[in-house]
Amino acid sequence: MATQHSRSVARLMMAPAVVLLLGWMLVPLTMTLYFSFKKYLPLRGGDLGWVGFDNYIRFVSSSSFWPAVQATLVIVIGVLAITVILGILLAMLLDQPMWGQGVVRILVIAPFFVMPTVSALVWKNMFMDPVNGLLAHLWRFFGAEPVSWLSEASMTSIVMIVSWQWLPFATLILLTAIQSLDSEQLEAAEMDGAPPLKRFYHIILPHLSRAITIVILIQTIFLLSIFAEIFVTTGGAFGTRTLTYLIFQRVLESQNVGLGSAGGVYAIILANIVAVFLMRIVGKNLDA
Amino acid sequence: MGRIQLKSVTKSFGDVQVIPPLDLTIEDGEFTVFVGPSGCGKSTLLRLIAGLEDITSGSIDIDGADATNVPPAKRGLAMVFQSYALYPHMSVRKNIAFPLRMAKLDQAEIDKRVEGAAQVLNLTDYLDRRPGQLSGGQRQRVAIGRAIVREPAAFLFDEPLSNLDAALRVGMRLEISELHERLATTMIYVTHDQVEAMTMADKIVVLQAGVIEQVGSPLDLYRTPRNLFVAGFIGSPKMNFIEGEEAAKHGAHTIGIRPEHIAVSESDGTWSGVVGVSEHLGSDTFFHIHETGLAETITVRADGEVGFRHGDHIYLTPRADVLHRFDAQGLRIE
Repeated sequence: MATQHSRSVARLMMAPAVVLLLGWMLVPLTMTLYFSFKKYLPLRGGDLGWVGFDNYIRFVSSSSFWPAVQATLVIVIGVLAITVILGILLAMLLDQPMWGQGVVRILVIAPFFVMPTVSALVWKNMFMDPVNGLLAHLWRFFGAEPVSWLSEASMTSIVMIVSWQWLPFATLILLTAIQSLDSEQLEAAEMDGAPPLKRFYHIILPHLSRAITIVILIQTIFLLSIFAEIFVTTGGAFGTRTLTYLIFQRVLESQNVGLGSAGGVYAIILANIVAVFLMRIVGKNLDA
Repeated sequence: MGRIQLKSVTKSFGDVQVIPPLDLTIEDGEFTVFVGPSGCGKSTLLRLIAGLEDITSGSIDIDGADATNVPPAKRGLAMVFQSYALYPHMSVRKNIAFPLRMAKLDQAEIDKRVEGAAQVLNLTDYLDRRPGQLSGGQRQRVAIGRAIVREPAAFLFDEPLSNLDAALRVGMRLEISELHERLATTMIYVTHDQVEAMTMADKIVVLQAGVIEQVGSPLDLYRTPRNLFVAGFIGSPKMNFIEGEEAAKHGAHTIGIRPEHIAVSESDGTWSGVVGVSEHLGSDTFFHIHETGLAETITVRADGEVGFRHGDHIYLTPRADVLHRFDAQGLRIE
């Protein structure tokens, strides 16, 4: 019963959680904002006073800014395209009745449980190593010259690793969506003379549109901030320096906290733009 | 045209044979109803005709041509599903136009046919809505609209009214019957409701466990049920069955008498009993009579004004000319 009294008690009881959450978010955010307006070089003099918007201007006018934006976009869009397309195909495959369905589904989700650092290391050392990697052996088996993946095709490699991690997530969400499709709709379309490809395009795909939007939304938020995969493989070399990685380098490698914080604020703004944009799409989808 | 002939059709799912060899002919323009209790194979039979399930053996002819291996879309049949199976992301117009678009008709022709169907089904005002914005009856009409635009050889209905409320069901029953009169196309209709079967059909096919128990017009089935199952299934309330001594008097193992063929009286009659529950419908009253010594309960239909009360002792007289006699195997004795 939502009386005045019970409502105020509810607020009181929620207060600790709300305060904790706010503190958790607000303290780092405030500190980032604070440092972003300062010239702060921990090993070269420490706090050197306020500099206004200097850090913000320097961050975007740096020659590595636009390449970093580009690298981020390539990774996000590449991974999204691969996971959504393969996810739909895998989901449809797993939806077919088959022997050992339960086990297969668990195996499919397995990569998602592997920590990003570990999976990147496994890929780097076991698959992509140009001398001992499985892929190198495969290339040699067919008489081809092994590719040194992480230096020659660095972007492709990282997109492959991250896609492998996120494909199970996309597959799982899309599989549950496919399972909720009324089979009578497909039968009706079959009676109406739609061949399999048209049934996919006119019935299955529209049915999946909401799930696809959700996959894109959630993945984008996480993909904008991938770090471990780059850190343990290329270390940001060979054109794989994303915005997140650039901020990391500014703070820890160049020891310029102020400049890094300014980059962090840009990242927050960028993430929010994406979030607002995507929430609108989701909102529209959920209303219909 | 729409003459459908099933020749020793069987269907098995794994080791389980759900339809033993079955022969059936549905004449052109006929309204045929498959009726039976749930799980009797009537929907499976419809899906076999539609081509949504493959038959295990036998053959299906449509208009004299073998259609056994023809894919569903090429059989020239249209189906209305129990869940309507409308495409939720398309407007009513696009739903109805979908089969025509798949058939690659030109846009002018599609528009003409969609408008025509919408007019027939009173859907003109709803063409630009989505199925989610329609009531159950309107969705049902859209499903029918999607079927009629194709101008099929036959319509297949799979329990189309079971998701509607009682009042709407009566209305849609009339609309489908009217549609059949107007289009004069073959229609096959699956239901578990014997009232729908009786009111709509030209020909009723009574099924039990995949076997055809009897085929005939509604009144044939009502007047001369071939066996106990059909006798008990057709007619509401259910026919009374009496076994033992009373049946032996008529030279039968079981005798059946419909509730509407028993006269009630306060003073005299062939049988006697005590009134249990009475169901008052206004026009009629159904009395459930106990302690007759014939069967556990005898149901009697009387005029709505007959006012017996619970516990009254009354007398019953069956009409001898409409008494049904069955032998030990449950088959009718003429």
